Amino acid sequence: MGEHLPILQVILPLIAAPVCLLVRHAATCWLIATLVSWFCLAIAILLLLQVLDGGAIRYQLGNWVAPWGIEYVVDRLNGFILVIVAAIGAVVAPYALRSVESELPERQIGLFYVMYLLCLAGLLGITITGDAFNVFVFLEISSLSSYALISMGRHRKALHAAYQYLVMGTIGATFFLIGVGLLYMMTGTLNMADLAEQLKPLAGSRIVHAAFGFIVVGMGLKLAVFPLHLWLPNAYAHAPSAVSVFLAGTATKVSLYVVLRFIFTVFGFEFSFVGQPLGPALLVLAVAGIVVCSLVAIYQDNVKRLLAWSSVAQIGYMLLGLSFATTLGLQAGLLHIFNHAIIKAGLFLAMGCVFLRLGSCRLDAIAGVGRQMPWTMMGFLLCGLSLIGVPPTAGFVSKWYLVLAALEKGWWPVAALIVLTSLLAVVYVWKVVEAAWFRDPPGTAGRIGEAPLVMLVPLWIAVGANLWFGLETSGNVDVAKAAAAALMGAVQ
Amino acid sequence: MWESFLGLYNYWIVILLMMAGFYIVMSRHNLVKKLIGLNIFQSSVFLFYISVGKVADGTAPIIEKGIFSYSNPLPHVLILTAIVVGVATTSLGLALVVRLKEAYGTIEEDEINEMDAAD
Repeated sequence: MGEHLPILQVILPLIAAPVCLLVRHAATCWLIATLVSWFCLAIAILLLLQVLDGGAIRYQLGNWVAPWGIEYVVDRLNGFILVIVAAIGAVVAPYALRSVESELPERQIGLFYVMYLLCLAGLLGITITGDAFNVFVFLEISSLSSYALISMGRHRKALHAAYQYLVMGTIGATFFLIGVGLLYMMTGTLNMADLAEQLKPLAGSRIVHAAFGFIVVGMGLKLAVFPLHLWLPNAYAHAPSAVSVFLAGTATKVSLYVVLRFIFTVFGFEFSFVGQPLGPALLVLAVAGIVVCSLVAIYQDNVKRLLAWSSVAQIGYMLLGLSFATTLGLQAGLLHIFNHAIIKAGLFLAMGCVFLRLGSCRLDAIAGVGRQMPWTMMGFLLCGLSLIGVPPTAGFVSKWYLVLAALEKGWWPVAALIVLTSLLAVVYVWKVVEAAWFRDPPGTAGRIGEAPLVMLVPLWIAVGANLWFGLETSGNVDVAKAAAAALMGAVQ
Repeated sequence: MWESFLGLYNYWIVILLMMAGFYIVMSRHNLVKKLIGLNIFQSSVFLFYISVGKVADGTAPIIEKGIFSYSNPLPHVLILTAIVVGVATTSLGLALVVRLKEAYGTIEEDEINEMDAAD
């Protein structure tokens, strides 16, 4: 049993999805989805513990030996990402019960959980696999299901957002496919570890450079790197609340993981950062993304859209850590992947509660909601403080490490910029807080109650995680450090 | 010069189709035309993979007496998967276009954008 954990991680949700399709009964599907996502979290945690104790786990599918067969590899880096994805999934599934019930027509609810499970299976699969083509397959499983999930939003704009995401996402995935094809053409292998070996003598090849470009740009589209982010704000803003939470916490993080995996493990540090100006390029895009998207976020009047723009800005911080090309910078970037997942999940969870009661997330609609839903908005405020980076929250820890990494490089203007742009986050979080607490509710509104417990508990788990990982930092900081050291050490 | 240029003709076709498809996706406002562009773009990648699998003088990868040189079957198999993905993407995209037409009454993206901006 224990040795088969890597495959169980993916196959459980993958099998549960068609089971739900056959059942179709809303409550049963919800129960299956919830249990499966909790099992997935348990498996992910067991895998991470195993990896931290010993070395990397290699699992050969169907006993086909590695470079020929498909291999699942769990090391410190993707063990960490698996836990993030599975944890967000485990929090979203129970939350979805009431949220989905209120936002989707009855006959679609069963199908919602089918798509959710497929998306979870795809994201976990991308993370765990050690085969470059397998990444593409799982990428499309998760993408296709997320297009369908987004299109289930209540407003017709959700359809348009899903269509735009479909076009952009398919271009991104096809770019990735071209890159993998070019690599296969040069090396004759698809196994990542084998690719790394075979690519070493080919560093000067123009085809390998083209492959690198296609893969980084393709995943950049899925990751919503600054100029390629146009699909994201609409997709997150108009998707059903539970979907916004799930995608905001997982999808872009997994894409960033793929970029890291290819940059460090497959192509190698030398090739990526010394052979070509990846560091400066990422630095420029990250800084531009942080500044522009934070400013755009300030001018949004729909809170979910505001949070989505802030997500693009926060992706900039993760890339900033990567662009330093140092172990400390990478560690800060990885920490921010983790922290941003719990921060944004918390914020979107709170907005889902508000949407359940008010049917809208517009700033004028949520006026005065802080007095009527104190627990929800208190959760929002605490996660918002974490987003800004106020101690003692998780957001502070990753910003702190980012500033340290910038100073270590001697790039004090970048360090100053990290602090200054946090002030922009203060502005947009304040806009929501001001509307929720300091404005009178619109005259037409009746009394509304607090969100149901089944939604408040997941929200406060996220809030608790934000506070816990702000105070008790040894756990995730050490894992991020070990993962960063492993990535950098593998090549130096 | 000319020989290597003509000898790589399948790659030239790949590049031509790729750019044509990509251009259609970006420049057309009709949602169905965009999907067709996307399809052409993906098809070029299918051709690319199949070209990669070709071994000079190789035949179809079926074991047969007296034949020693086979084309590499792996890219063929890979691209079968990618074709299935492409079909799924196209059908999902078309389903979305049908729903968009029902919701907005048009499949021209600029008109949809105007209606989105209005409400």
